[in-house]
Amino acid sequence: MKLLPFSEQSGAEQAGTLVLANDADPFEVSLDGIARVDLHFPKFTDGRAYSQAFLLRRRREFKGEIRATGDVLVDQLAQMERSGFDTAVLRADQDMAVAQRVLASYPGYGVGKYQGDAVDVQPHFKEAAAA
Amino acid sequence: MYQYTEFDREFVKARANQYRDQLTRWQAGQLPEDEFRPLRLQNGWYVQRYAPMLRVAVPYGELSSAQVRVLAKIAREYDQPNAALFNEAQAKQDKLGPVNLKSGLSVSSKLTTGYAHFTTRQNVQYNWIPLDKSAEVMDLLASVSMHGIQTSGNCIRNITSDERAGIAVDEIADPRPFGEILRQWSTLHPEFAFLPRKFKIAISGAREDRAATAWHDVGLHLIRNAEGELGFKVLVGGGMGRTPVIGTVIREFLPWNQIMNYLEAVVRVYNRYGRRDNIYKARIKILVKAEGQRYIDDVEAEYKQIIEHDGAPHTITQAELDRVTASFVPPTLNCDRKSADVKIANILRAAAEDDVEFGRWLQRNVAPHQNPDLRAVTLSFKRLGQAPGDATADQLDIAADLADQFSAGEVRVTHDQNLLLPWVRCDELPELWRAARKAGFAKPNIHLLTDMIACPGGDFCSLANARSIPIAEAITERYQDMDELHDLGEIDLHISGCINSCGHHHSGHIGILGVDKDGLEWYQVSLGGSDGSTLSGASVPGKVVGPSFTGAEVPEVIEAVLDTYRQLREDGETFIATFRRVGIEPYKAAAKAARFAPNTVAH
Repeated sequence: MKLLPFSEQSGAEQAGTLVLANDADPFEVSLDGIARVDLHFPKFTDGRAYSQAFLLRRRREFKGEIRATGDVLVDQLAQMERSGFDTAVLRADQDMAVAQRVLASYPGYGVGKYQGDAVDVQPHFKEAAAA
Repeated sequence: MYQYTEFDREFVKARANQYRDQLTRWQAGQLPEDEFRPLRLQNGWYVQRYAPMLRVAVPYGELSSAQVRVLAKIAREYDQPNAALFNEAQAKQDKLGPVNLKSGLSVSSKLTTGYAHFTTRQNVQYNWIPLDKSAEVMDLLASVSMHGIQTSGNCIRNITSDERAGIAVDEIADPRPFGEILRQWSTLHPEFAFLPRKFKIAISGAREDRAATAWHDVGLHLIRNAEGELGFKVLVGGGMGRTPVIGTVIREFLPWNQIMNYLEAVVRVYNRYGRRDNIYKARIKILVKAEGQRYIDDVEAEYKQIIEHDGAPHTITQAELDRVTASFVPPTLNCDRKSADVKIANILRAAAEDDVEFGRWLQRNVAPHQNPDLRAVTLSFKRLGQAPGDATADQLDIAADLADQFSAGEVRVTHDQNLLLPWVRCDELPELWRAARKAGFAKPNIHLLTDMIACPGGDFCSLANARSIPIAEAITERYQDMDELHDLGEIDLHISGCINSCGHHHSGHIGILGVDKDGLEWYQVSLGGSDGSTLSGASVPGKVVGPSFTGAEVPEVIEAVLDTYRQLREDGETFIATFRRVGIEPYKAAAKAARFAPNTVAH
């Protein structure tokens, strides 16, 4: 997942970018001509955007960029990546170096994960059995 | 017991490292309290009335003796506040005053340290470990494949089960392999880490429901359909708290291998539509009640998509079920004498006649087993002088020894806050009894009045409205006579210090709930609750018996209620059977008469 500092975010207003509130139904929007969907975390404890990302990526098979915006903190980046986000715009006060380090050391990421997700669909037990 | 693979072990270690990093950043001021809180909660670390509380996960209640010894070590070496903190805490509790009993005795708060507490969700809690030791403790737990993953926070919590899982006489299928498979599926599930509220699952695999499944956000029953195929009956939306609700059956039969796919649908719909505007209306029970059939339809539609569109990735393969089940093979235990043997029956009968207490212990604390040569033996952690469900470090070490000596190294935390030894040879019962009695674990009170459930309450918990431990102590003190206790028979007495219901007061035959009135400690008494077991009948919350009582009145009210039962019972009826027959009115009158002075304040 690409991490963007807060200052580098852009393009939300462009054609081809769809901005969704985190209580919007990802099934009720047209994705025609959409290259990027911005999802929102109003508070990091509000996890609705994880399901929105999953449904866009897996269920609707959206191939464009899914971007995390809002209360995006370093300790939730791995969950975002696994739920289908391609890009995360860090909250202004988040340290990029810390973000990269924390993302890379998340159990279920470096060490391996138990359940399948939006990106790596098969659960661990299937991969382990095939090995 | 499930045997951790290298993958499982590395995972828990990585989790402990992750927590250490988060703790360090918080201590360095790089991670604000609000942002650290959900992270430490999802590792089991609460900050409580006087000190942090750690909740260690005990998946479906199973522990090895090695794990119990580490829990003992943590109690001994880490559950130790500094003297200043402890003295301040004790002083504050002393200010609340003792509970002065009519008998002239009084019960005061006696805070203890260096111990562990067994919870109603089969977990283990500590009340004094300083946060700056927390990373060390997580490392120690990881060394025996233990952790506090998701024992708190708005995520899928520890999955609980029947204390007799895998050994029950009335077993349909062993729920433990499924408990383990679901544990792994729910562990650090990226989409479900920030649900509207906590999410509790209980799973039962026997004809009798000993896991209070209807009181959980998701309750699962292993059943067989008419064709003999194994599957799950799925209940959703049970819960306690401010609005006690019994779970709704949303699926009569789900093939066993689809349980993860189905729960993914259940939880996803909840994550999307559960209320986030009001913390008291955020549990799934509120959504299920509000939406009714529409919730069920949404889940079935989502499940259909998971199967048909997503390719059902979490269908449990036979290979995976076999792999996990392989760990749960019963130990090979050879009884010198078979249980059908008249000799052993005679020995036990003679011993029981010799020693009435042994006879009572056989009757109350020893349960039949799937393997007729074995027994399930409950070690009672309900006795005067210790809060229900508490075990000192030394007691934990002894329990580990008993597990090794008598139970193939395995012990279970029961949902009633005791420990159960699941593999006891019938010809070793007398020896076990002697050892358990020496350790203070052999009170023959299992399922009797003094085998009560009590949360830590106001002595430890910052959420509590009132203390629960002194109330439990006062009632236990009053009912010490074993003859009287046996005569009263099986009674579920559940005590919660507040509406969060960690003491499960709603499901007690007698429930006691701490309430805050004018900043003082008051107690509401309810009657007739059920946890869904055969004895208690269909799950139902108890009914309040009247306006709240003072702490001193509570033991008098309990006595009045029990006296009423004895007066009204017919033909060996249990307490709950008499209640169901005669209704609440006689008890209301008796409770009212037990008040010390006219109480004009209604609740």
